[in-house]
Amino acid sequence: MAKLTIRTERCKGCGLCVNACPKKLLKLAGDKINAKGHHPAEITDMEQCIACAFCATMCPDCVITVER
Amino acid sequence: MIVFEKPKALTDVPLHYCPGCTHGIVHRLVAEVIDELGIEGKTIGVAPVGCSVMAYDYFACDMVEAAHGRAPAVATGIKRADPENHIVFTYQGDGDLASIGTAETVHAAARNENITIIFINNAIYGMTGGQMAPTSLPGQVTQTSPYGRDVKACGFPIRVCEMLATLDGPEYLERVAVNNVKNVKAAKKAIRKAFQNQVEGKGFSLVEVISSCPTNWGMTPQKALEWIDEKMIPHYPLGVYKDRSAAKED
Repeated sequence: MAKLTIRTERCKGCGLCVNACPKKLLKLAGDKINAKGHHPAEITDMEQCIACAFCATMCPDCVITVER
Repeated sequence: MIVFEKPKALTDVPLHYCPGCTHGIVHRLVAEVIDELGIEGKTIGVAPVGCSVMAYDYFACDMVEAAHGRAPAVATGIKRADPENHIVFTYQGDGDLASIGTAETVHAAARNENITIIFINNAIYGMTGGQMAPTSLPGQVTQTSPYGRDVKACGFPIRVCEMLATLDGPEYLERVAVNNVKNVKAAKKAIRKAFQNQVEGKGFSLVEVISSCPTNWGMTPQKALEWIDEKMIPHYPLGVYKDRSAAKED
């Protein structure tokens, strides 16, 4: 069972993780905004996550932690 | 089981870089290598002038700030003062290493100084607002070349790895990119080798990382990564340009 944790307050909403996800499970939260004014990334379906950590590999700000 | 977490050699200070700037990825790769080799306590980094000028806030190891372009000279001094007990690396951009710091870079390589250099090539001066750099591509539009870089007036971009490979001094030169997962993994391998070479006392190791600057290129972060594939890599081919120890073994 994969577990993805995103530090939304540190996310800059660049979207590199969104494009890296092979299962297309990540998106930028259009309805949320963090203190810095960015739309943070969020996972849409945790069940489908395969914990490949591609998102975390491409994240420039180390906001994603992946557990399995 | 943790598959991926922030490396310990990075502090918890938020990076000041623009959204989607790949400096963050390279910072992380360097920190991961420091963690894996278990050298945090004896590593000293040298920060440049440029966007990564505040790298000293982000790395948990000791850091020194060098004058613009002089990081290889500062690193030489630190390394020579106590070569057995310290691992010294510099982290420099293209405006720093390939422009004002060309002399220091070339001569550190010629002397085969036992230091590690991480060279970020994003083909532009990022911190000062997107001026043309020595590595800007022919025809590239920047703040100071609004009609595209004219090679008749401004000369041709410098390919640092190829230039240094003509010297007998350097131990290891490789060019990598961080525009997709595969390239990031290859970049980590190269950075690890560059540090490992220093641990083994082999000498001057430089890894050139083709990086993006979405803000000054005027692109979205994802489009900037695609631009690396379309424009940067054809002009700056990836690969190993020098690996003296491997050549000896063959």
